[in-house]
Amino acid sequence: MYVAVKGGERAIENAHRLLAHERRGDPAIPDISLGQISGQLTLAVDRVMTEGSLYDRELAALAIKQARGDMIEAIFLLRAFRATLPRFGATEPLDTANMQVRRRISSTFKDVPGGQILGPTFDYTHRLLDPSLTEGVTIPEPALGDVDEAPMPRVTDILGADGLIEPSPEADTDQPVGDLTRDPLSFPADRDLRLQNLARGDEGFLLALGYSTQRGFGRTHPFAGEIRFGEVEVEFVAEDAGFAVPLGSITLTECQMVNQFKGSDTQAPCFTRGYGLAFGQSERKTMSMALVDRSLRARELGEESRSPAQDEEFVMSHSDNVQATGFVEHLKLPHYVDFQSELGLLRKLRKEFEAAKGSDVSLAEAAE
Amino acid sequence: MNAPVYNFAYLDEQTKRMIRRAILKAIAIPGYQVPFASREMPMPYGWGTGGVQVTAAILGQGDTLKVIDQGSDDTTNAISIRKFFEKTANVKTTTVTSDATVIQTRHRIPETALNDNQVLVYQVPIPEPLRFLEPRETETRRMHALGEYGLMHVKLYEDIARHGHIATTYAYPVKVNERYVMDPSPTPKFDNPKMDDCEALQLFGAGREKRIYAIPPHTKVTSLDFEDHPFETYRFDAPCALCGSKTSYLDEVVVDDKGGRMFVCSDTDYCETRRADGHKGAGFGADHQVM
Repeated sequence: MYVAVKGGERAIENAHRLLAHERRGDPAIPDISLGQISGQLTLAVDRVMTEGSLYDRELAALAIKQARGDMIEAIFLLRAFRATLPRFGATEPLDTANMQVRRRISSTFKDVPGGQILGPTFDYTHRLLDPSLTEGVTIPEPALGDVDEAPMPRVTDILGADGLIEPSPEADTDQPVGDLTRDPLSFPADRDLRLQNLARGDEGFLLALGYSTQRGFGRTHPFAGEIRFGEVEVEFVAEDAGFAVPLGSITLTECQMVNQFKGSDTQAPCFTRGYGLAFGQSERKTMSMALVDRSLRARELGEESRSPAQDEEFVMSHSDNVQATGFVEHLKLPHYVDFQSELGLLRKLRKEFEAAKGSDVSLAEAAE
Repeated sequence: MNAPVYNFAYLDEQTKRMIRRAILKAIAIPGYQVPFASREMPMPYGWGTGGVQVTAAILGQGDTLKVIDQGSDDTTNAISIRKFFEKTANVKTTTVTSDATVIQTRHRIPETALNDNQVLVYQVPIPEPLRFLEPRETETRRMHALGEYGLMHVKLYEDIARHGHIATTYAYPVKVNERYVMDPSPTPKFDNPKMDDCEALQLFGAGREKRIYAIPPHTKVTSLDFEDHPFETYRFDAPCALCGSKTSYLDEVVVDDKGGRMFVCSDTDYCETRRADGHKGAGFGADHQVM
């Protein structure tokens, strides 16, 4: 019986119909709404927006629903949509010092101007499954305090005032902002492109790489100088108006790692920076990103570079989960043409091997 | 909600222009890998995004498109890509090689000779022929710039020293226009001679790796070899069981669980056309049910 691969078209249609059915699940249970996803699976939406590189809660929620909760599939959906959007330009650099802070912690100082603000966090919770969440419980109103109108300076700025930490590089306004979605990547890559790559990079991949630096593979002696989460104004210089106009505010998490630096021939020992930024509340992501950012500066700082997290070509070529999942999963596609030529080769090699073995035996017999 | 609206052949015109520039540069420097700002496509990386972007950039309303995977129009991914362009570009599609103006392919070159009114678009997973000898892009770009291909020849020589012949059966490296060593994509080396002096324009798109390269019509393409070990294509022991062709690339089909096999053309259009012309193979209409 020879069954060719005909009939694929109907098979695909039926498979997708079945997928839609499986996605919906038991029809007796109410359909999940985008509002529920974006309002209650907030951190999932934050991750999809960050790695999908598109700040749109509603579309990210739709992507999560469509992807049946598969985060990488949802990120992929959002990216594919984003790729078709027109590009008007780049915003002014965000001023995170003026963030409307909802959470802000520093592990380098016991107290800092503006104070430590825990905000909504899993930190210090006991990870005990909470059965009360299975049915709707009334959640008590959050505790309220007085708002301190005083600015909340970044911890790294406080260190910078003493010259103990390297200055944050000033943006060169004459230089266009690099964009690896519009220009192909080449190596060595500048830090703007590295940071863009890491911001879009897979959280799990960056977590593992950041972790590896802590375990000795390219150690950077990090301290969490500051992590802050809240709302930041976005401004855009409209050519016609000739001045910056506010576009609205977005929710961000920023992490500034403070790392040791032994100094070099030309530079005194000082603290150095690793930087992480992500949409929404994404602390694990921004901390990992900051660790890897600092590791990737090995070349710039003249440090010995031997570990995976210090190798920009290795990190940047493999951080993108949409690229990675596509290529890993493409092994599901038919490869019978190549496999056929490998089959032919393998048979030939085995025949040659058998023939050679046979002649060895006859040689041995002749010798005896 | 921002309701999605898509352009003809999916990509916006700015993106198409960028891709066309890369294609023009690729044609001007045959075999050279031109970096381009590959976009996320609505199909996964590794599933033909490079080929799809090239096709989207060159496709016009009057074109007739054919899409094959493993030589066949009916493999699932070929169907999916063909339907994508039917939907987004509303172009005419065909399975007949000679009727197509644009042919997107994965892993095969059609058996029917191509003409000067056709473009063959290859889907490429790893565009760098030196990648498995040198993992770093910075190094391989330098090697190409200097025409430093000794490493590749050493690899081929080692094959001969070990096996008595070159043990590369697909993605067999070629030299284009006597300058650049190029990866022909994972087509079987059986197809390599078809690239030489081809009448059609051949374009190669690698989406994930963000590279486009090209072989302009009538360009010299030689498979790497040695004087005393000339390039040889794979030969099959038997003709196609369906159409009797002795010159086509064959797929091995397992017909039962007792070791039964039959060999049939991998290029389904070629095989069907031959059968329509009255050619018959030994297995046709016998105890094999052919669909």
